[in-house]
Amino acid sequence: MRPDLEIIQQWVQPGHHVLDLGCGDGTLLDFLQRERGASGFGLEINPDHITTCMGRGVAVIEQNLDTQGLGNFDNGSFDIVLMTQALQAVRRPDKVLDEMLRVGSEGIVTFPNFAHWRLRWGLTLSGRMPESEALPYKWYNTPNIRLCTFKDFEALCRQKGIRIKSRRVVDGQHQNSWLARLWPNLLGEIAIYRITRETEQ
Amino acid sequence: MPDSLPADSVGIITPQTYHFDAPIDLACGQTLENYDLVVETYGKLNGDASNAVLICHALSGHHHAAGYHSAEDRKPGWWDSCIGPGKPIDTDRFFVVSLNNLGGCHGSTGPSSTNPSTGKPYGPEFPVITVGDWVKSQALLADRLGIDCWAAVVGGSLGGMQALQWSLDYPDRLRHAVTIASTPRLTAQNIAFNEVARQAITSDREFHDGRYYDFGTLPRRGLMLARMVGHITYLSDASMGEKFGRELRDQAYKFGYDAEFQVESYLRYQGERFSESFDANTYLLMTRALDYFDPAYEFGGDLSKALAAATCEYLVVSFSTDWRFTPARSEEMVNAMIAARRKVSYAEVDAPWGHDAFLIPTPRYTDIFNAYMDRVAREVGA
Repeated sequence: MRPDLEIIQQWVQPGHHVLDLGCGDGTLLDFLQRERGASGFGLEINPDHITTCMGRGVAVIEQNLDTQGLGNFDNGSFDIVLMTQALQAVRRPDKVLDEMLRVGSEGIVTFPNFAHWRLRWGLTLSGRMPESEALPYKWYNTPNIRLCTFKDFEALCRQKGIRIKSRRVVDGQHQNSWLARLWPNLLGEIAIYRITRETEQ
Repeated sequence: MPDSLPADSVGIITPQTYHFDAPIDLACGQTLENYDLVVETYGKLNGDASNAVLICHALSGHHHAAGYHSAEDRKPGWWDSCIGPGKPIDTDRFFVVSLNNLGGCHGSTGPSSTNPSTGKPYGPEFPVITVGDWVKSQALLADRLGIDCWAAVVGGSLGGMQALQWSLDYPDRLRHAVTIASTPRLTAQNIAFNEVARQAITSDREFHDGRYYDFGTLPRRGLMLARMVGHITYLSDASMGEKFGRELRDQAYKFGYDAEFQVESYLRYQGERFSESFDANTYLLMTRALDYFDPAYEFGGDLSKALAAATCEYLVVSFSTDWRFTPARSEEMVNAMIAARRKVSYAEVDAPWGHDAFLIPTPRYTDIFNAYMDRVAREVGA
């Protein structure tokens, strides 16, 4: 299992009802259902991914976050709403965050850090839009239209009154290196955030 | 039939008639003392009877869903594209049951059957049947066949409504409900089209208040018109355009009112053929069953409350150009299932053929259907 999914699954308790936004081929939900006793749905728009989910018994709904939102889900109807590596690809990440924390009591978000030193270095040296393992696209065909840095994300959370319960920063191989912990916005490639609107207990 | 049987055909099939002697109470308050159901089955029931799949037919459908009745048959059953060895409803793995519903006109007891108490066809005396009544009779058929729990109940359009109703009325007797191109209730527009069809039939001089059998005649014109208007709602603007465009039968306008455009002659031909082969009273009955279907009704219109009783898993599929039962209607159903925390998967398949798309094996539709049914088969060890 991908190490970021490995980290996420530890936060899911048996019986949790989970919504996975952009669930891909359903790997994570399948694991959470079988190994963690969770239930839930995945939203996806890629036809092949949808078919794969159906074949493995993951409940998947064809639904486009950008055009359809989450209006069909009731307030507080999920324990956890997940969004792995998709925040940067939606049109309005700020609104998606609001919706995540409307339908779920907790959100888990992962995204690539645009302030990672390699991207900064690439832009400085070549003057071209950076590409990396986590962001392997050209500027004109990238699905990642809302790139941000860890600092940007945390500023948005502060502005919205969203509490960050925890943050794990990993490198491209999803390893949790001590350097990335020390200087995340420069050395971390991918962050995994646990967020909520609930006040600290 | 082709010269030799295709490898993925269920082959030559002989329908069977099951007679039921115990009276069945119907939603309208009436009772049918006894009745017949005509049934086809494909594949083999496994040892623990866990691999049975029920096929529910739509408005003008019947028991003959797959294979051929004889080597002379021009066409196979109505859902042959999806039922057979290696097809989504794989008859190498599943035992498939397909029946003609009560009130039908293909062998099961319906308005054109002889009423045992009068010795004449039932005609207008035949009770109005609901989707719930069908499900009840299908459950009795399941008892007869030794099937406690269906691996899946599957249907398109009106058939999908039966699958949904099954999950509410007999939650312990199915593992999966597959509803394709269906809706949780008809809209005013849907009912309006049905009413036009019924008016066409009942206003036909040959209808004789539904007793045309006694007069040795048929309300052909009325049924033809009903079918013509229905047929338009099964196709999309684009698919009609693709098929006929503005093509004329001859080169030039004739400045008259006969069928000059290809689409006119097609509709007339389809309507005429249908009016010879389908019973008008059955058509009235089937359209009424559609109108009345609304499982949310007794729950204050809240389908998710109706679904609280259900335990099965659902697959819901809609088609992008279906304007009879639009994707929005399927999504209404899906959203109620989500709210009721039922396990549901949903896909909207991009297909140009309107409502009829559920009968046409497009690649994505087939992929989805295959993947889902393969999982159902694995789950029951088939």
